[in-house]
Amino acid sequence: MRVSRGAKIAGGTVLGLGYAFLFAPILSVIVYSFNESRLVTVWSGFSTKWYGELAHDDRVLNALRLSLGIAAFAASGAVIIGTMAAYALARFGKFRGKALFSGLVAAPLVLPEVTTGLSMLLLFVLMERLIGWPQGRGAITIAIAHVTFAVAYATVIIRSRIASLDPALEEAAADLGARPFAAFVAVVLPLIAPALAAAWLLSFSLSLDDFVITAFVTGPGATTLPLLIFSSVKLGVNPEINALGTLIVGVASMVALTATLLQRKSG
Amino acid sequence: MSAATARRRGVLALPWIWLGLFVAAPFVIVLAISLSSAGYGSPPIDFFIGWQNGHPTFNINLDSFELLASDQLYIRGFLNSIAIAGLTTLLCLLVGYPMAYVMARAPARLQPLLVMLVILPFWTSSLIRVYAWIGILKENGLLNGLLLHLGLISQPLVILNTPIAVQIGMVYAYLPFLVLPLYATLQKLDWTLLEAAADLGAKPWSAFFRVTLPLSWPGTLAGALLVFVPASGEYLIPELLGSSTLPMISTVLWTEFFGNRDWPMASLIAVMLLLVLAIPLLFLRGGQATAGRV
Amino acid sequence: MAPLIRLEGLTKRFGETVAADDVTLDILEGELFGLLGASGSGKTTLLRLLGGFETPTAGRVLIDGVDVTALPPYERPTNMVFQSYALFPHMTVAANIAFGLKQARMPKPEADARVEEVMELVKLTELGKRKPSELSGGQRQRVALARALVLRPKVLLLDEPLSALDKKLREHTQFELMRLQRELGITFVIVTHDQDEAMAMCSRIAVMDMGKVIETGTPRAIYERPQCRFVADFIGGANIIDAEPVGPSRVRLPALGVECAVTDSLPAKGWVALRPERISLSHEAPAGGPWPAGQVEAVAFHGDFQLYRVRMDGGVELRVAASNVPGDPKPGERAFLSWPADAPVALSR
Repeated sequence: MRVSRGAKIAGGTVLGLGYAFLFAPILSVIVYSFNESRLVTVWSGFSTKWYGELAHDDRVLNALRLSLGIAAFAASGAVIIGTMAAYALARFGKFRGKALFSGLVAAPLVLPEVTTGLSMLLLFVLMERLIGWPQGRGAITIAIAHVTFAVAYATVIIRSRIASLDPALEEAAADLGARPFAAFVAVVLPLIAPALAAAWLLSFSLSLDDFVITAFVTGPGATTLPLLIFSSVKLGVNPEINALGTLIVGVASMVALTATLLQRKSG
Repeated sequence: MSAATARRRGVLALPWIWLGLFVAAPFVIVLAISLSSAGYGSPPIDFFIGWQNGHPTFNINLDSFELLASDQLYIRGFLNSIAIAGLTTLLCLLVGYPMAYVMARAPARLQPLLVMLVILPFWTSSLIRVYAWIGILKENGLLNGLLLHLGLISQPLVILNTPIAVQIGMVYAYLPFLVLPLYATLQKLDWTLLEAAADLGAKPWSAFFRVTLPLSWPGTLAGALLVFVPASGEYLIPELLGSSTLPMISTVLWTEFFGNRDWPMASLIAVMLLLVLAIPLLFLRGGQATAGRV
Repeated sequence: MAPLIRLEGLTKRFGETVAADDVTLDILEGELFGLLGASGSGKTTLLRLLGGFETPTAGRVLIDGVDVTALPPYERPTNMVFQSYALFPHMTVAANIAFGLKQARMPKPEADARVEEVMELVKLTELGKRKPSELSGGQRQRVALARALVLRPKVLLLDEPLSALDKKLREHTQFELMRLQRELGITFVIVTHDQDEAMAMCSRIAVMDMGKVIETGTPRAIYERPQCRFVADFIGGANIIDAEPVGPSRVRLPALGVECAVTDSLPAKGWVALRPERISLSHEAPAGGPWPAGQVEAVAFHGDFQLYRVRMDGGVELRVAASNVPGDPKPGERAFLSWPADAPVALSR
């Protein structure tokens, strides 16, 4: 349909304002991370000194290390379990308990984070009492909780990819003599690899970003990056957080871009 | 048992165990704890089923239920949550519908970029994005600085730590949840229908209200749910931008748990949240509801 | 000679639907056997039962005397050409073809030679390094064929192998398939909904409907001497006319008001199948009558013949396919119908 000039201008304005709303806050963080002044809102000159301070802040570095480790574990666990769950949901037709199964898979997507966090903490407390594991709470309990909610997201991505594959491909592999596992490795796995990578990246960034659930299931000594940021934010705006935020935004954007390209490739 | 059945069980075993242990069991436990009474031990609960002298003992405690029903704090928390989430949904619709519409009608080669720009904030630390608003909204923040500079106001506005700040933050955080499913629906819409409507004499506005709007209803509904449900359980935004001026149900739960160490009460609120929010969504959730987040 | 494939009381139910209903069928070695039926007739299910992709609800499948009913596809001496071809999109043509040999752990030099040989057989030699997405429909079909043939199966199963090709290529490919089958001597079982295709290619055909095999025979027998109304109608759309026996090999056709000779005697009331292309049309009553007459309702031009719809005086409508009809009857004009004595086929069911 022909689009009039007026409509084009109106459309452009709508989009411009919308994107400005979405990106202005992030941009303000980036800009002020290069501000020399400690007073975050007064521009006093360009400087990268906050990045330097960040690099020497042991608390930040330790939190970063912990967060990255947990995120890598959570993403890998979520992709493994998510692939199995997605395969079952996409290929097994009806199986006993399927409704419950898919409900449990999706539950973390719809549950309020406080509910997920609290209920997982209660589980860990009870488990420690009954079987003595996990002892206390910390990196392990955080990792378990993150795997659990990331499985939900990973399953959605992987399932839609498996469902879009022609089931005859696996049948053809079987017909040509491949046992089921060999057929999966030779045919299905290479074809869903982009989706697996995208699921891994999403799980990784969700884990890296999680605050609420982590706050419930963490214990003394296990301070992830979001926990650290939250406690300093409660004390007010500070330029080091601006610098950290800028770095996070930069890395996250690249991860997002990669994942989107992978998703598109896997169509 | 055939080989195929054994194989299926092999694939399902790990997911079943994991989901059973870390999703299903916590539900049951949180339900059980909500029926127990608060204690002073560690953990601070008297479990409602005990074991004494070879017999099970039951000590079901409904105090939390009574308190929940009578104390204004909880009722206000729930109502605040629903009001904020509702208003957020409405505002997101007002801002997001035009955005999604323009995106869907943009030149095809631009659309992937436009979508990417809406998805990007998803991947960016939510904490940092909420934090950014503190710098903008506080008394000596960017917004007041701009308005004072332009001479639009003479005194800085107090926005941070008020319900308005919470509302702004909520709309900001949840806008993409609405735009993406709506865009997906509008993008699939057959625009020749609009041409047909125009051909049959409909003016653009009436074509929009009679054709586009009804056809985009599924996407609108999905988007609205994707905003409303998580928004009513939101914790970070009311906590960081509203301080304690606007207790939402998640912040109340948080205080009960971390502040008052009242685990049964916190559990009961969690159960209520589950019943009120999650279960309806589980039923309504189609594939599109989650597809929007990816 | 013992049959290569024997199906015994083979039944497959999907919930309420019966996709294969107590099918018993023998297929001989070296046959190009066709399973012909409309969509939903169960022909594909039967093929999938043969390949091991479905487990039967009841009955047995024997191949070369061995009961393979419980064997999965990867342990059966059958290979399949899928309707979608199911080529592995991430592998080259050569890798697709070598897939089965690799699964069988054949040494590479030997496997390479086999792949080379079969690519020559289906004329793919130049395309080994291409990906399936870079091939035309006809080339993909040949890759699918080569991938299955390279394993030298006892039985090659083909699920609508020509349906994705355009009309011109289809005819060429029919001949190619027949050539391959003759050269290799492998038994082909081919599923198709296209009766012309089945007629042209197959040594024998089983016509299926609602999960049952209705009739089995050579294309000529099925076409010229169908045993039942379903087959007479399904193959070539014969006119089916009510008939009553009046003597040995003679019936009366009440709807047309005439008597005629038939192939076999009818024991009781039954029907006669009369193929449209065996009926002649004329303005004048032909000799040897009486012949029935009617009014031409419509004529459709089909190039090599015209299809007439004639409303007979008794009320029934008959289809006549004829070329070069003297006087060229137009819609609205009256015409006589006549046929050679061996045209009407008696049907008792």
